[in-house]
Amino acid sequence: MSSVRTASQILSSVMSGDRGRHTLPERLCQDCAATLPVNGVGLALMNDAGHQGVIAATDGSATLMEDLQFTLGEGPCMDASRERRPVLQPDLAQTADTRWPGFGPAVLEAGIAAIFAFPLQVGAIRLGILDLYRATPGNLDAEQLAGTLAYADAAVIILLHLQSKMTPGQGLHPQLGDPLDSRAEIHQATGVIAVQAVVGLTEALLLLRAHAYAADRPLLKIARDVLTGTLRFPFKEDDHG
Amino acid sequence: MTTEKRLTRVFVELADTLVAEFDALDFLHTLTERAVELLHADAAGVILSDQHGHLQVVASTSNRAQVLELFELQGAEGPCLDCFNTGRVVANVDLDDAETRWPHFSAASIQAGYRSTHAIPLRLRDQVIGAMNLFCIDQTTLSDDDLELAQALADIATIGLLQERAVRQSELIAEQLQTALNSRVLIEQAKGVLLARAGVDVDEAFRLMRNHSRGHNQLLTDVATAVIDGSLTARELGERRRSD
Repeated sequence: MSSVRTASQILSSVMSGDRGRHTLPERLCQDCAATLPVNGVGLALMNDAGHQGVIAATDGSATLMEDLQFTLGEGPCMDASRERRPVLQPDLAQTADTRWPGFGPAVLEAGIAAIFAFPLQVGAIRLGILDLYRATPGNLDAEQLAGTLAYADAAVIILLHLQSKMTPGQGLHPQLGDPLDSRAEIHQATGVIAVQAVVGLTEALLLLRAHAYAADRPLLKIARDVLTGTLRFPFKEDDHG
Repeated sequence: MTTEKRLTRVFVELADTLVAEFDALDFLHTLTERAVELLHADAAGVILSDQHGHLQVVASTSNRAQVLELFELQGAEGPCLDCFNTGRVVANVDLDDAETRWPHFSAASIQAGYRSTHAIPLRLRDQVIGAMNLFCIDQTTLSDDDLELAQALADIATIGLLQERAVRQSELIAEQLQTALNSRVLIEQAKGVLLARAGVDVDEAFRLMRNHSRGHNQLLTDVATAVIDGSLTARELGERRRSD
């Protein structure tokens, strides 16, 4: 049987128990590095404007891998975010120098032999990048890839949670702690809300989730109300202004 | 036009879209439309399995919620799930008789107005990456010839989706599948933007973006991104190219 953990299982394990002084992204990266055959894991924030900083790294090499990409503006995570696709580099010695002239030599020098970068995204919404590295070359097999993608799904939820102000410092609402529903209506409703409220898609998705949380109703039901026009998210002048 | 002539045209049309920078989602939509036409069906969809084994719709001839629901339901039960699990064709299913096999799925299908259904696997060597699902208003039976054609269309879908170069390396398969699944989400978001901006329905929103993508030789995902970031307005989208 497959031993791959689902995103829900990962989320509940990352959220539960004593987190110590670690943040949720740090816990996720540690959990990921411990579960998968990799040496380290890093998580960086990304948006349409580019790299917004590293928020978690499990060790010195992971920190270096993240910082180099931030400083040089090139590397697998930059490509993964821009192209909205995973960038899997099982043998950097073969590819890195030509593909990333600055990043390649530096990262090989630091003993990183393979990098797997996964965009944390919801359609057009860019949230961040999950980077895994290995000190020896080699592929992730299908099961390990599936495992990593479950961590990426969990990381999307954590980043959305961190951007929302629903429950600062607290755990997630059970429903909002689930991996994002893939139903078309939820993503269509996100687009509708972006236009109605004159906000970006990220903010629109957060509004949709916050409404579901406040009303204690399933996300899909709220999305359908948005699509039928029963529920509108009107443009608001700054309430406090 | 004879069936053979029509078939040739369809395959040429599909091969034509398999060019260097081609659009996997637009391609799959064309494929579902041709499958409906050639296999006497009334609705068709392509369902992919994501890395967790969840089934997700990536293309459908209909955006009716009732029809999309039928694809979604098959995460739990239905011909696509069986097809996916066994790697075999599940064809000529009389939905009136499928009550015990798939109680929820058959009830929802009949409610949506369908009497029969078929599911054809998207296979890559020994791996099944998804299924093509057909729905018919009437009680239809696919002949052996029809089934061969259906499998050929499904195989083309697999090729289109993974592209020849990807088939050689498993990490590239994962990249392509993830990209296709995320592109679908992006297009749904763009449909929502058009819904609110132009007051069109989801089918019309998709048609507008697709026509624009073809007329201007742009990727569908690029058109959808431009709709979302506002660089392409609903009005511009509605205009035909001057040279047309």
